[in-house]
Amino acid sequence: MTNSTIKDKIGQFPRKLEDESIYIMREVAAQFERPALLFSGGKDSITLVRLAQKAFFPGKIPFPLVHIDTGHNFPETIEFRDWLAKETGAELIVRYVQDSINQGKAKEETGKYASRNVLQTVTLLDTIEEFKFDACIGGARRDEEKARAKERIFSVRDDFGQWDAKRQRPELFDMLNGRIAVGENVRVFPISNWTELDVWNYIKEEKMEIPSIYFSHQRQVIERDGMLWADSEYLNKEADEIPFEATVRFRTVGDMTCTAAVESDAVEIDVIIEEILSAEISERGARIDDKRSEAAMEKRKQQGYF
Amino acid sequence: MDILRIATAGSVDDGKSTLIGRLLYETNSITKDKIEALESASKRKGLDFLDLSLLTDGLIAEREQGITIDVAHIYFSTPTRKYIIADTPGHVEYTRNMVTGASNAKVSLILVDARQGLVEQTARHLSIAALLRIPKVIICVNKMDLVQYDQAKFEAIKASLTSLVAQTTFEGQAVSFLPISSLFGQNITQAADKMPWYQGNTLLGELEAFEFAESLAHAPARFPVQWVIRPKTEEYHDYRGYAGKISSGTFRVGDVIRALPTGQESTIASIEKFGEPLDHAVAGDSVVITLTTDVDISRGNSLVLASDAQAPQLKDFAAHICWLDHQALSPGKTYLLKHGVNLTKAKISQITERLDVVAQTSSQNVDSLKLNEIGGIQLRTAQPIMADVYAQNPSNGAFILIDEFSNSTVGVGFVK
Repeated sequence: MTNSTIKDKIGQFPRKLEDESIYIMREVAAQFERPALLFSGGKDSITLVRLAQKAFFPGKIPFPLVHIDTGHNFPETIEFRDWLAKETGAELIVRYVQDSINQGKAKEETGKYASRNVLQTVTLLDTIEEFKFDACIGGARRDEEKARAKERIFSVRDDFGQWDAKRQRPELFDMLNGRIAVGENVRVFPISNWTELDVWNYIKEEKMEIPSIYFSHQRQVIERDGMLWADSEYLNKEADEIPFEATVRFRTVGDMTCTAAVESDAVEIDVIIEEILSAEISERGARIDDKRSEAAMEKRKQQGYF
Repeated sequence: MDILRIATAGSVDDGKSTLIGRLLYETNSITKDKIEALESASKRKGLDFLDLSLLTDGLIAEREQGITIDVAHIYFSTPTRKYIIADTPGHVEYTRNMVTGASNAKVSLILVDARQGLVEQTARHLSIAALLRIPKVIICVNKMDLVQYDQAKFEAIKASLTSLVAQTTFEGQAVSFLPISSLFGQNITQAADKMPWYQGNTLLGELEAFEFAESLAHAPARFPVQWVIRPKTEEYHDYRGYAGKISSGTFRVGDVIRALPTGQESTIASIEKFGEPLDHAVAGDSVVITLTTDVDISRGNSLVLASDAQAPQLKDFAAHICWLDHQALSPGKTYLLKHGVNLTKAKISQITERLDVVAQTSSQNVDSLKLNEIGGIQLRTAQPIMADVYAQNPSNGAFILIDEFSNSTVGVGFVK
């Protein structure tokens, strides 16, 4: 891609996407009794919060923000989460993967690739049951990954949170069928049709705050499999993996154990967008959890993952 | 920046996934790590070229069988436009997916294999594009490389489709023909050096040049109320805002409106978006409307202009229907009908015909409609719906039927 086309795409957010997402937010509030917005602290869920604010303004967001805390989050993310909840006046519910581990419902992974990413599902399903949530709004986008490209906007899950690609309801025009049986729940994806670039352009146009780790900063990292991993007490390092300081930022924010950093000097959003446009690695390429197998995402979704 | 939605359709093996892969590849929409993954996957399959179809055949079952079994959404953009492709399978048994994928599309891409020409599926796809009133159809004659890029072959296929196209198109629908080779990138985004005899647009050129949708702003004004905003805070003590997405037409501050089905009239006091006042809003805008007087309006009601005497309220009407469920449609059974955000009970009083979309004929005396069948029905609803005739105002003329017990979406209807 030439530089001129890169420049052309910056700040070009298709406004109709926002209208569609706001429509979906309102459908969730109207069709379900106990919806919740699953908040991770990443840019996609921050976008969801903004859309929810817009959908119900001047009223408040009529559902809580729910965070499944793995205990391996970046501290900057947690700080941002608490700030945003206060800023918007939304109710915040936090549940901990550590509690699921303590209760013996989830087992900590071992080895150098150990992460709590898969374990989150257990805590999430328990939280859904605890609060009897019938709809959970998430920030997944169809451009992220091949299995997600086939996901519906209203995705019906059974008692065990499972996704069945062959049993999906057809979605025609903009009509959303949220009717479910007792015990079932729906995952809702209002930004299904947004791309990574759309999200960044929206954040820019809306002048939204995002966690500082999206911007360039100094950090202790190790190099593994050609990627930079943030050093932390949660990362199982081998003897020859010596941490060093690098100037990095994160393109996507997951756990410290499964999100790779990229070397970058970008401190402004325009530069970040330019980097994305000329990037050689796709967004999920920086998510170590997807690299486990070609069908990793589809398998996790079948088991109730987002 | 606008958004153009495209539905792709084809038969098994006519190279649809490869075409989409090619479009992504040539518009720089694939990152290096994905191309590398593609290279290694292609090699594992024993291929000596990049299998671009692997980009979209996403599910495990699909990779095993080498087919596409569900609607996949694919994105790319140019400096002027964002494109959303609904890639729908072309198998006979998956007509339901095709209708689903095409329901939001403004352009239908139909693939024809240059070696085979017109097949049954081509007729099916043209009929469905017409039923759904898709304004633009592009028929891509693919695999031109396998017929030595022969102009005569292309012209013959075009000629063989002429009468079918004439039968299916409606006034205002544009149909064009393109000779392409997805595998070798001929006429996708770059002019075909192998086909100097072809002087028209490339596929991307055709998409970029297509103008659409502005007519929606001039259609009758329809505003379905999704949600009533009542903050009851000190600052907004008596605030009552009606939130929704305008389905067609234009609303302005000061317009006298009528609420349906109650028939009460009032005047638009403000149109807002996140507190920002607007002087008007058009089809597709998600806004909040406030009125000058207290009117009893709730979710499922519609606002129309008071001057619009034609604004419809249907309780007993005819429609086309495409059946989407394994359990056949049976007259006399009660279904839930959803039109926009409005939900009501409905009974199908009669199936008037079954359409054979391939032969372009219809049969009467039908007692059921099975999965993937399209027919005509007469229905009665418990509450009136504020729907227009689909052909006149597509964005307010479709509805879905939901099974009360399984909660599945079992049919999609188009008001006649």
